[in-house]
Amino acid sequence: MPEQNKFRPEFIFEQTEPISGVVQKPLTSFERLTNQSWLRKCILLIVMACIWQVYALNLNNSLIFPTFTATIASFADAILTGGLMGKALNSIEILLIGYAVGLVCAATLTALAITTRIGSDLLETLTSMFNPLPAIALLPLALIWFGLGAGSIVFVLVHSVLWAVALNTHSGFMAVSPTLRMVGKNYGLNGFRYVYKILVPAAFPSILTGLKVGWAFAWRTLIAAELVFGVSSGSGGLGWFIYENKNMLDIPAVFAGLFTIIIIGLFVENVIFNNIEAITVRKWGMQT
Amino acid sequence: MEETHLLEPLVKVSGVTLQYKTKDHLITATYRVSFDVFRSDRFILLGPSGCGKSTLLKAIGGFHRPTEGTITVNNTPVLKPGPDRVMVFQEFDQLLAWKTVKENVMFSLLASGKMKGREAEEAALHYIDKVNLSKFANSMPHTLSGGMKQRVAIARGMAMEPDVLLMDEPFAALDALTRRKMQEELLQLWEETKFTVLFVTHSIPEAVLLGNRILLLSPHPGQVKAELNSDGIDSIDVSGHRLSDRIHDMLFKDAV
Repeated sequence: MPEQNKFRPEFIFEQTEPISGVVQKPLTSFERLTNQSWLRKCILLIVMACIWQVYALNLNNSLIFPTFTATIASFADAILTGGLMGKALNSIEILLIGYAVGLVCAATLTALAITTRIGSDLLETLTSMFNPLPAIALLPLALIWFGLGAGSIVFVLVHSVLWAVALNTHSGFMAVSPTLRMVGKNYGLNGFRYVYKILVPAAFPSILTGLKVGWAFAWRTLIAAELVFGVSSGSGGLGWFIYENKNMLDIPAVFAGLFTIIIIGLFVENVIFNNIEAITVRKWGMQT
Repeated sequence: MEETHLLEPLVKVSGVTLQYKTKDHLITATYRVSFDVFRSDRFILLGPSGCGKSTLLKAIGGFHRPTEGTITVNNTPVLKPGPDRVMVFQEFDQLLAWKTVKENVMFSLLASGKMKGREAEEAALHYIDKVNLSKFANSMPHTLSGGMKQRVAIARGMAMEPDVLLMDEPFAALDALTRRKMQEELLQLWEETKFTVLFVTHSIPEAVLLGNRILLLSPHPGQVKAELNSDGIDSIDVSGHRLSDRIHDMLFKDAV
């Protein structure tokens, strides 16, 4: 027996002592509330609106920086009488068309890339060529090809969506673990069923990132394009609304236009994409 | 009828050489390996890392073509992966993260077209119960411990009732206590259903405990060194040595 163990007898507890103190207790309602990210974000938004209001009141120049309340009033007015809703819907409609066509193109290119080596080379080359190219830079060319109208805008939208989505989806597919691939093959999956049942869900975090980035790119491109020639694309969209009101020096309405863009952006990000995340990648434990 | 069935090998590996290419080299993983696995065998492929045992298992799974020799299962040559040879891997990510435990087990049955709907669900629940996970049937894989994930993978494999279950170091990534428990559970399952299993490991105690037949491979490239019988309790043989000591000596006598 080692020297130091001579004075230390072994012992075994037949029964453990009852524990005093907390093992498990519910959090207080304040702790629960502060755990809600939407609540924290709402508070942030309110604080920012307050800062805006105080700053604008101090500046006291509605031509440069209207107050928050004036913007809201103008926003309400534009919705009720100025047809802002209709213009926003115009923008969203054309955006969705461009987004959908972009997604189809991205799916086709990615499908080509995962099935053939030359397809993969093609995708990589095209992406590195066109991804850094701002979609709006293609607008002049698009105007020549498709004329003033929805066609040109859809073309630049497709360009802005396609590369972001294809790149992310492809790299997501590439990162699917060999083990998971073997599991799929083991149970006799191949071709479309293999892509649909194994690759797509396994790569879903990347695909979702691509969809989000593509959406943001498309939104920006659309507003920028509309600022240039909104008048000819039907009744004009949000970009045109902003441009028109700037010309009339109705700056609160310009702010209201920007406000609308922000609201739609917040809605898409926090309601649509957030819910998609909640029922997919977060539920699957791929993202916390 | 049953008699002849037993005498016929289920898996026949004859003269198999496996090679694969890395960026710079052509590597021979195994060289002219032959062995037979019979029905209800717990057949162990044992060897140090680099003996090609995992590659060999993947070749039987149909993921790797031999450059020389043949592999047959049930007298049919192995040409591609198929649900008659189900693999259980070491990695925890072999489960589909987007499906619950039950859906994961059902997935194998549905994807291979072996069963449909209600029938698949019943079979899945039956095998989930066999691995003692009934309480977790509706849990997502990421909420389970490593040992539980491996049990799901085993249930998924067994639900297919394959000709042979191919296990590639399924317990290697588990902690020692869980590993011990899983080994006992696997033997228990085998007692109940007497499935045929090919099990890759680099642990001598694991091989001796689980196997009834152990194939010993030497490294670089893998060649058959011995094929031994095991009674599972590591008893002392006529020469006065324990099986594990004999294996240990064989594997290490070449080493410095």
